[in-house]
Amino acid sequence: MKGVQMMAKMMKEMEHPLYKKSGKIRTGRIGKWITFLSVALTAAITAAILFLVFSKGLATFITNDGSVKDFFTGTAWNPAEVNSFGKPIIGALPFLLGSLAVTGLSALISGPLAIGAAIFMSEIAPRGGKRIMQPVIELLVGIPSVVYGFIGLSAVVPFLRNMFPGSGFGIAAGTIVLSVMILPTVTSLALDAIQSVPRSLREASLALGSTRWQMICKVVLKTAKPGLMMAVIFGMARAFGEALAVQMVIGNASVIPHSLFEPASTVTSILTMGMGYTVMGQVENNALWSLALVLLIMSLIFTITVRVAGKGRVR
Amino acid sequence: MKKRKRITLLAFALLSAGVIAACSSTNADESEKEETSQAAEPIMAVGSSAMQPLVEAAAQQYTKENPGSVISVQGGGSGTGLSKISEDAVDIGNSDIFAEEKEGVDAGSLVDHKVAVVGMGPVSHPETGVDDITTEELIGIFTGKIKNWKELGGIDQEIIVINRAKGSGTRATFEAFALQGKEPIDAQERDSSGTVRKIVSETPGAISYLAFSYFDETTTALQVNGVTPNRKNVESNEWEIWAYQHMYTNGEATGLAKELIDYILSDEIQETLLVEMDYLPVTGMKVERDAEGSIMKK
Repeated sequence: MKGVQMMAKMMKEMEHPLYKKSGKIRTGRIGKWITFLSVALTAAITAAILFLVFSKGLATFITNDGSVKDFFTGTAWNPAEVNSFGKPIIGALPFLLGSLAVTGLSALISGPLAIGAAIFMSEIAPRGGKRIMQPVIELLVGIPSVVYGFIGLSAVVPFLRNMFPGSGFGIAAGTIVLSVMILPTVTSLALDAIQSVPRSLREASLALGSTRWQMICKVVLKTAKPGLMMAVIFGMARAFGEALAVQMVIGNASVIPHSLFEPASTVTSILTMGMGYTVMGQVENNALWSLALVLLIMSLIFTITVRVAGKGRVR
Repeated sequence: MKKRKRITLLAFALLSAGVIAACSSTNADESEKEETSQAAEPIMAVGSSAMQPLVEAAAQQYTKENPGSVISVQGGGSGTGLSKISEDAVDIGNSDIFAEEKEGVDAGSLVDHKVAVVGMGPVSHPETGVDDITTEELIGIFTGKIKNWKELGGIDQEIIVINRAKGSGTRATFEAFALQGKEPIDAQERDSSGTVRKIVSETPGAISYLAFSYFDETTTALQVNGVTPNRKNVESNEWEIWAYQHMYTNGEATGLAKELIDYILSDEIQETLLVEMDYLPVTGMKVERDAEGSIMKK
């Protein structure tokens, strides 16, 4: 009897607001689960993509008996046929060189331009520069790559054709289009890097009697160097992966060109061109997946480089 | 506790409302189907982008005449069409090459329906000074032996060869019947006929090949061995560069797929819609060609 009374009393106490679970705690717990699920989903998708690209990309070398050495050093690309050793002809060297050439050259062109623009916006004419430059850069970011490609096709290619020998299609045209495309990315990242240089450093340098130009060259740029490197590498990563615009102006010939004004090709241009014409599971299709694998590995390398370069960055 | 109950109740109510709505909508569909009576299962046709406009237009016209039938048409290329139909993943696989010509496709179970013919021919930039060439000259150009229009009696202008992508149906047809199987040099490649036309019309000295439907005044359609590329010459096979447009089915065509193919093959479509869209009617052909390329008189 006493026990029952005790129980009843405890039950009553349990109903006291202090014993109740707070709604806020529940919301907090739900929130935690939702965010955890989002992270898990993102990780799962990434893992699935990595698995798919790796398994498909390696099939060329495993199931179709392609030679890895041929892939990186061969210059003939005709995956539908086999060479005298009975291995598929998968020389991807022309595309790899093409990709590296347009990426490197466009970084060489847009890097200095972007850093110059960033210096102008942050050090030389911060207010006027920003008022003019910021909208321009935002506008450039918003233009879809097919438009860049079309402009390249209708303006850059004819221009090059009139100025230089050849048809105008080639690495030069690809470089010009890509430089413009990655310019806004590099500029805004470079601006971030320069603006994150502490004000005290600038003040100290001026107080020591340096001119404004000395301050910019010797203090601001030196301190922001890791960040600027990062900006350029980010731009290169974008350039390496860009497909549509490059495909329209580079000519897509699977040969190693003798000059910048001869048709060439990049990994992405060959990949996007060939996709509709191959049958899933065939050598031709697997070879394209191998190219995709190369792109994936390159983007991983770029990401790692950015991380390493960003280590020394001043915050 | 109370709040949770309310949420559960709400969720349950929503769910049941959804189920009821879903049920009633299927009911509505069924009653609609009963009204039109002959409406069949929805079908899907996938493949050749060259055929896509034709099949789309025919399907649209068919659904207008037979309401209730659902036909979806997608591109993706002949390779996709053939592989999807051999996997039985779609109802019709569109292709501009024979299934036998595509490696990795089991042509055994596929049934070929030739619904149209497409003529193709070499085109060049209008200002080359050449409008008639021989087969040998054509092979010379595309294999890189002839490098200047001067050698063909034209102006002093370097020849710029533009190919379609490897695996393209147009390229396969051109290589087989214009270049007599010779492999062209590694040159510029383009992935669509529209781009090819634009580039040939703008690049001095350029040469490529296009389907008749892409011929216009911006490029010069070359005569080969004195034969003009037109419908009459294709039908008599005097102009040899042409290909069938195939609609493949896995096994004999049934249901709506059969009706659609029969519809496209009917005189009504062959002589009007097809011709309007610059395809050549398959019914007008005086010859027949098999997968090996040998020609028979009809």
